[in-house]
Amino acid sequence: MSETIRLVVNGTERTVQTVEQRRLLDVLREDLQLTGTKYGCGEGQCGACLVLLDGKPTRTCILPVSAAVGKEITTIEGLAKGNELDPVQEAFLEEGAMQCGYCTSGMILSASALLKENPHPSDEEIVSAMNGHICRCNGYPKVVGAIRRAAEKGRS
Amino acid sequence: MKKNNPNRSGQNGELEANSQLSEFALRRRTFLQVVGTGVMITVAGPRARAQSGRGDTRNAVSARLFLNRDGTITALSGKVEEGQGPRAELTQAAAEELRVSASQIRLVMADTELVPDDGITAGSRTTPRNIPEMRQAAATARELLTELAARQWEVSPTALSVTEGVVRNSSTGQKVSYQDLAQSSELESLFENAVRTTTTVTPVADWKILGQSLPRPNARDLVTGAHQFPSDIRRPGMLYGKVLRPPSFGAPLESVDLSAAQAMDGVVVFQEGDFVGTAASTTHQAEEALKAIARTAKWKLPVHRATHETVYDHLREHARRSDGRVNGNGSVEEGMAASEKTLSETYTVAYIQHAPMEPRAAVAEWTDETLTVWAGCDGPFRAQNDLREAFGIPAGKVRVIIPDMGGGFGGKHSAEAAVEAARLAKAAGKPVSVRWTREEEFTWAYSRPASVIECKAGLDKSGHCIAWDFTNINAGGSAIDTPYSIANTQISSVGSSPPLRQGSYRCLGATANNFARESFMDELAAATEADPLEFRLAHLQNERLRAVLQEAAAKFKWTDRRKQLASDRGIGLACGTEKNSVVAACVEVLVDKNKGTFKVTEICEAFECGPILNPSNLLSQVHGCIIMGLGGALTEEMEFKDGSLLNAAFSRYRVPRFRDIPKIDVHFLENHSIPPAGGGETPIIAVAPAIGNAVFAATGIRLRAMPMRGLKGRGA
Ligand code: FES
Ligand code: FES
Repeated sequence: MSETIRLVVNGTERTVQTVEQRRLLDVLREDLQLTGTKYGCGEGQCGACLVLLDGKPTRTCILPVSAAVGKEITTIEGLAKGNELDPVQEAFLEEGAMQCGYCTSGMILSASALLKENPHPSDEEIVSAMNGHICRCNGYPKVVGAIRRAAEKGRS
Repeated sequence: MKKNNPNRSGQNGELEANSQLSEFALRRRTFLQVVGTGVMITVAGPRARAQSGRGDTRNAVSARLFLNRDGTITALSGKVEEGQGPRAELTQAAAEELRVSASQIRLVMADTELVPDDGITAGSRTTPRNIPEMRQAAATARELLTELAARQWEVSPTALSVTEGVVRNSSTGQKVSYQDLAQSSELESLFENAVRTTTTVTPVADWKILGQSLPRPNARDLVTGAHQFPSDIRRPGMLYGKVLRPPSFGAPLESVDLSAAQAMDGVVVFQEGDFVGTAASTTHQAEEALKAIARTAKWKLPVHRATHETVYDHLREHARRSDGRVNGNGSVEEGMAASEKTLSETYTVAYIQHAPMEPRAAVAEWTDETLTVWAGCDGPFRAQNDLREAFGIPAGKVRVIIPDMGGGFGGKHSAEAAVEAARLAKAAGKPVSVRWTREEEFTWAYSRPASVIECKAGLDKSGHCIAWDFTNINAGGSAIDTPYSIANTQISSVGSSPPLRQGSYRCLGATANNFARESFMDELAAATEADPLEFRLAHLQNERLRAVLQEAAAKFKWTDRRKQLASDRGIGLACGTEKNSVVAACVEVLVDKNKGTFKVTEICEAFECGPILNPSNLLSQVHGCIIMGLGGALTEEMEFKDGSLLNAAFSRYRVPRFRDIPKIDVHFLENHSIPPAGGGETPIIAVAPAIGNAVFAATGIRLRAMPMRGLKGRGA
């Protein structure tokens, strides 16, 4: 049955009329037009659909929309402050850390959460934090480079 | 400029209403609407036009570049951006020859309404074919603009030069910008000339923009989530569509009951023969409707005998040996007879999937009898043709736009989702988006062929290979000819009866052929107790291939490391050539003999593809090839039985992840004696054999099947 659900997305309260079993991924993309969050596998394997829920990296393809109620949702569209990119976004640009760019939203959000928690991760820590993301263009080396670079920015 | 701005296509109806206008005028009007006020420079290669099939201006002028009144330039390409970097490189090509900064170029790609037909985006052909076309067109445009200035000043064009978009006369100090020239009333007719083949393009040594690491022009939209991939396109009133799939390959539908789905509120249900689909305002609702239908569907299940385990016997049994392609020189029979020692081995390569991160997706919209489709496939004009045939409408009534999409790797030549979306949109009377699930993409997209490769060779007394007999079944002839100098060869590629739908993949059959050849060369080296590097060099005259092999070996310190190998480590190398580029790889593996496993710890690759258009992009392509190559080498395999796929999910089909990435060291050799060749494919072909050879060096065990999962059951 269709219900009214209130979500806080990128700092704004949004109301959607939906059945609550729908996955958050589809509600973001189809109801809120936030298509920066991608579908890649639908089984929590690839990270393309990742958003931050209260700052925590969360896969939205296996999350019913009802589970996001009362939490702050940050999608890729909400990461920059106006025109000012997040340091991780900047680092991805500088490093050229995207090929097709389809995996990029999820990767950037995960990396930004990682750097919040651990501002100066080792390569091993980067790899283990990012291992749940798949990039089929296989641009992994530059993604690691970009995260390193973003961490450097934090240092300076 | 966002070429895929969906708000633009509302103009279609208007365009068709003006059908008495020439195509040229229509295209120009579209442009004026797209890019604002501007003057069109009509310059294009006759080839592009000849292939467009629109027939109006064959061998005449057409549009590849467009000078806007603000002095910026719109460049047009029929190529698709799927992550390999043509957007940056085509932009660089236009900017270089027009003598403007890259930021002054706006590249429109893959919109059948606006761009020339440049074929599908595949086979590393953008670099050798489309980059030169863009350069030639841009150089011609520069020359025409220079001539225009020369006429205005009544001087000879040879007295003039162009820098930063300004034509200058160094002796008089006169100058005029492209922006000023763009106001000229002569411009349009002036550029109705054909591209001049006589115009010389900028030599590599003088490149200022080509050869630089220009970032992808729309990179910012990728890090902010603003870019709309095919699966993100949204149209007013759009529905989401789902299509009923059979339980096994090729199973016809016997009966189905649509009534439960039809009873659902707001759901569109459509059936035409075996095609059954639903559409609704949410994916969830469309899926629920489809589930209701699927429960009632009865299928006639055909008999499928081959499985992923028996596929190699199957391919061999059905090999059409008599009509294979055979190359060679000398006489293999005589060579074998004269040999001191002969070897014979068989290699196999599994079916794998491309699995691009973005599965197939398309949005279709009908406006009156005109169809506009935004699709994720690599051939806009091929898709246009498919749609034209599917609906029996003329090409002029179908517009296909390919927004920069989420990967392809040779796997998106076909436009299934486009046709499905168009069928559902027609039934619904509303735009429909069809986005395949991962399971659909694994199951219903074509796969990279499995193959069986049979190798025989003869060695003379001195350990030199004098006979080479090589047959590939089912993978095709890409890179099948040996680059080694062998007196007697017989090389053939034969077809079979493939149990799965198969097609192109990054570097096609070259991976299979190179895996077998480079592994087998290693076996020959071992049989003569020669160093694998020395053995190859002793048979190799191709200077470019020798150069990358020696470079990779030197950077990897091959010779020293071979002398002092720890017992749990092995090193191997391999090389190869395809698509006019050359590659060599050295690999180190760490073996756990107790567990029967190994891990790739290091890959050093040397690559040469002529002059480098964009070093950063090339490095990304090579990373992509190496790591994608690891997947096919070590873990990827489509498992199937009874005509269905058993592992159509990333949880069951293992692709490379961050943790799998070894130390990667890439070295480019730059060769200015050939034109630029593509770099997005060939670097994949040396990976698997170098790994297998390294495992052999560590263990004495020869892995002859890709994927090489481990040593279990192989004497370890
Ligand atoms: S789409 Fe959610 S993890 Fe892949
Ligand atoms: S950049 Fe294409 S999937 Fe990661």
